[in-house]
Amino acid sequence: MSLLIEQPGLFTTLQDLGRPGYAHFGVTTSGAVDRSAHIAANRAIGNPASAATLELTLGGLVASLSEGRWMSLTGAPAPVTVDGEPVTSRAFWLPAGSTLSVGTPHAGMRSYLAIDGGFVAPPVLGSVSWDSLAQIGTPPLLSGQRVAVGPSSQGSPVAAPARVHAVTPVVDFRWGPRHNVFEQADLALFATQKWRVSTETNRVGVRLEGATLASRHGSLPSEGAVVGSIQVPPSGEPIVFLADHPVTGGYPIIGVVAEAQLWQLAQATPGMGLRFMPVVD
Amino acid sequence: MPHLLRAGDRGWLLELDSSGIAHGVAARIRASSWAESLEDVVPASTTILVTVRSRDDVARVGTALETLDVSASLAAGNSRIIEIPVRYDGADLDGLAASTGLSVNAIAELHSSVDHVVAFFGFAPGFAYIDGTPGLLQVPRRDTPRTSTPVGGVAIAGGQTVIYPGGTPGGWTIIGTTDFVAWDVSADPPARLDVGDTIRFVRL
Repeated sequence: MSLLIEQPGLFTTLQDLGRPGYAHFGVTTSGAVDRSAHIAANRAIGNPASAATLELTLGGLVASLSEGRWMSLTGAPAPVTVDGEPVTSRAFWLPAGSTLSVGTPHAGMRSYLAIDGGFVAPPVLGSVSWDSLAQIGTPPLLSGQRVAVGPSSQGSPVAAPARVHAVTPVVDFRWGPRHNVFEQADLALFATQKWRVSTETNRVGVRLEGATLASRHGSLPSEGAVVGSIQVPPSGEPIVFLADHPVTGGYPIIGVVAEAQLWQLAQATPGMGLRFMPVVD
Repeated sequence: MPHLLRAGDRGWLLELDSSGIAHGVAARIRASSWAESLEDVVPASTTILVTVRSRDDVARVGTALETLDVSASLAAGNSRIIEIPVRYDGADLDGLAASTGLSVNAIAELHSSVDHVVAFFGFAPGFAYIDGTPGLLQVPRRDTPRTSTPVGGVAIAGGQTVIYPGGTPGGWTIIGTTDFVAWDVSADPPARLDVGDTIRFVRL
């Protein structure tokens, strides 16, 4: 059975938990940018966390199923209708031939659509995820495309609390590895500034604006970087690395966003403010 | 004694005292008794990024990394020698000749006469940064990167050589072309090169 994509929306890709363990070959983990929303979508209908979901950037999907199945939508809260009837619960039944429509979210960037049994595609290095930087995995979905669906998992749905999308989120981060190449004044500026999300935001990263930071080294020899790294290029405007980030980089990394808070960056819309709060063990 | 820097909830950046040992130390880390806790081990010029699968293991792995023996005897890389055929016909060759005062022939001879070593991967899947560019050929990156690079373009900057997969932007000086395919996603492993491989560029 399959999901027929009538309209894919702005940018809709298949995502799972990505392909960890290949960074030394230059392959980043990729996977759902908002991992916690991806996992919550799967949990809501009893799928394992690794089942592939559709990652919708700013909604806009219209699709139908060849057989009825349970589905769920998490992440950026977007209006869902089935044959024009509003759906208010996170998990819902989509009958065969009915039209599912996901509108534009009223907060956040990315919504996750899961289906009982998971979406299925040929894996690349163990994952179906589209890596937008390396251009590997399952390419972005197109109108008229059919996405295969796996056998029903017969799992038990687990409820999860809905998230609150703050207007000006405070994002926990950990200093380093290269905060020592910045002056104290710039470290203080980073942690007190109200940063603004720029229009340059995608699966690779989010550029922030509102102030500029100067490091003592414009660049360093390239070194490995983790997801959530806050890199400061010579322009001084920080870039936060998301799922498809380059595995190495040559600009100093002032800090790394706490993993539990990465969803705030994944869902941050251009123009939105945010602050960073250092954490220590 | 390696210097340990924190890199997020589940990561450490190990800073080494000397260059040229990162791949040997990375191999030792992968062969350690605690390797099963690790997610990624990413050697670069003088650092190794180590991430663990579970946050619960980050302190234990940090202690193990701090006490790791990184003496020079571990520096030996692997013993593979890989020959990469190159046509020295790159678009930037004439400009490089003008800026270095070397003939095109001399540039080709110089680049193909020395052993190189794969230092690390980055930028794109299977994209190897290969150390060993002779001093006379060490030029900075172009001021303005190309928006697109040719498939198999062999390019140099600083002390390194790269092979462009094609289609990506790139700011390095393109000196030649190769048919060598460094990355094949249907192969296992998908990368034909590994960190520490000795590379010989063979002039066609």
